[in-house]
Amino acid sequence: MDKNISFTLKIWRQNGPKEKGHFDTFQMKDIPGDTSFLEMLDILNEQLISEGKEPIVFDHDCREGICGMCSLYINGHPHGPATGATTCQIYMRRFHDGDTITVEPWRSAGFPVIKDLMVDRSAYDKIIQAGGYVSVNTGAPQDANAILIPKTAADEAMDAASCIGCGACVAACKNGSAMLFVSAKVSQLALLPQGKPEAARRAKAMLAKMDELGFGNCTNTRACEAECPKCVSISNIARLNREFIKAKLKD
Amino acid sequence: MWLSNSSIGRKVVMSVTGVALILFLTFHMSMNLVALFSEDAYNMVCEFLGANWYALVATVALAALFVIHIIYAFWLTMLNRKARGSERYAVSEKPKTVEWASQNMLVLGLVVILGLVLHFANFWYKMQFAEIIGDHYLGEFGPTDGAAYIAYTFASPVYVILYLVWLVALWFHLTHGFWSAMQTFGWNNKIWFERWKVISNVYATLLVLGFALVVVVYFFKSLCC
Repeated sequence: MDKNISFTLKIWRQNGPKEKGHFDTFQMKDIPGDTSFLEMLDILNEQLISEGKEPIVFDHDCREGICGMCSLYINGHPHGPATGATTCQIYMRRFHDGDTITVEPWRSAGFPVIKDLMVDRSAYDKIIQAGGYVSVNTGAPQDANAILIPKTAADEAMDAASCIGCGACVAACKNGSAMLFVSAKVSQLALLPQGKPEAARRAKAMLAKMDELGFGNCTNTRACEAECPKCVSISNIARLNREFIKAKLKD
Repeated sequence: MWLSNSSIGRKVVMSVTGVALILFLTFHMSMNLVALFSEDAYNMVCEFLGANWYALVATVALAALFVIHIIYAFWLTMLNRKARGSERYAVSEKPKTVEWASQNMLVLGLVVILGLVLHFANFWYKMQFAEIIGDHYLGEFGPTDGAAYIAYTFASPVYVILYLVWLVALWFHLTHGFWSAMQTFGWNNKIWFERWKVISNVYATLLVLGFALVVVVYFFKSLCC
């Protein structure tokens, strides 16, 4: 058993996208170290509900680092102090007795706050809808070995595909740019033969949508890859740049 | 036009102008080093690059590169601040792999511009500009006597320090700018990333040391003689 810790929580409260937000402070007592960060917030919300107060709104779903729903900017880092982990995979044993833990929502014009710590990330869905797919004609499936894919290409594509679309890259970026997300979604298809025929159209359409939705221009600071819970590399951004420039030069 | 209405296009413009300016700096630095070997040879270069038509055409092209690079820098910064939104994080911590220069390119660029203004007043105004307007006695010496201007300017410790500060800012600007341009062109992957970073650091260091050498050597010469 981990030892129990007590700490101060500073949590961002905001009633709606246009409302002015503020920090609320809560004292947490005797929280076991093996409580996950989201479970700790559950404990706090139970307390708030039993006191007749409004619970804190935050996004969560699978709680095993796959769905990309949890967000939270904890002590200056998207998904908290750990690397390669989402907020739901952070445990309270990372913090110390007497700490002050500041929890903020993703802050970016592309992700307006819905309430408290929950932000609207539907912009990512719109970018995917713009071209993040392979058009498939249904029919008899072909032989699995008909299309050969080099292992290195398959690995790169899988690494890109590990992006869960949580938005930590935008949250970390001083330019509010979604390039890491868009580049991962372009790369996972551009690297494979099935994605090649539509690669040029996809790169142009997804980037245009990203720009249209008000995300910023990448300046290669690398904050995104440092904070990405899935360690997606900015080499994907280079690939997106390459695909986009090639497509535009061909036009 | 994709070079102005797409984010990658705007960055390509920054990268192309930036790389062109690095090439110009390389040329300028090599020219300066001539002064260390022979002042007569340096003055010959000054004469060659006076108000001749080819020098003027090159100057206008160079000015255009600067202006485009600077206008795009402000434009991109404005767009990016808007994309960042009005709310700022109460607590934010820089990850270890993020270079300081990469987040302060505009500020570093502004320092470079200030240095450029000083440099214009010290040299360009008295040399090429004096020749263009035909007033050969705008400065203390003749417009093609570059070596005399170097000796005159860097005898002053104030100018020496200002120029060195300028060069340090330029070094930071280039160490990020060089590899960042390659990344924007898409000529990068996991292996080349490390290579470009080393090349950027080495190139920026050699370039800035070349410039600094002339400043420091002339300062010490002025102390001795």
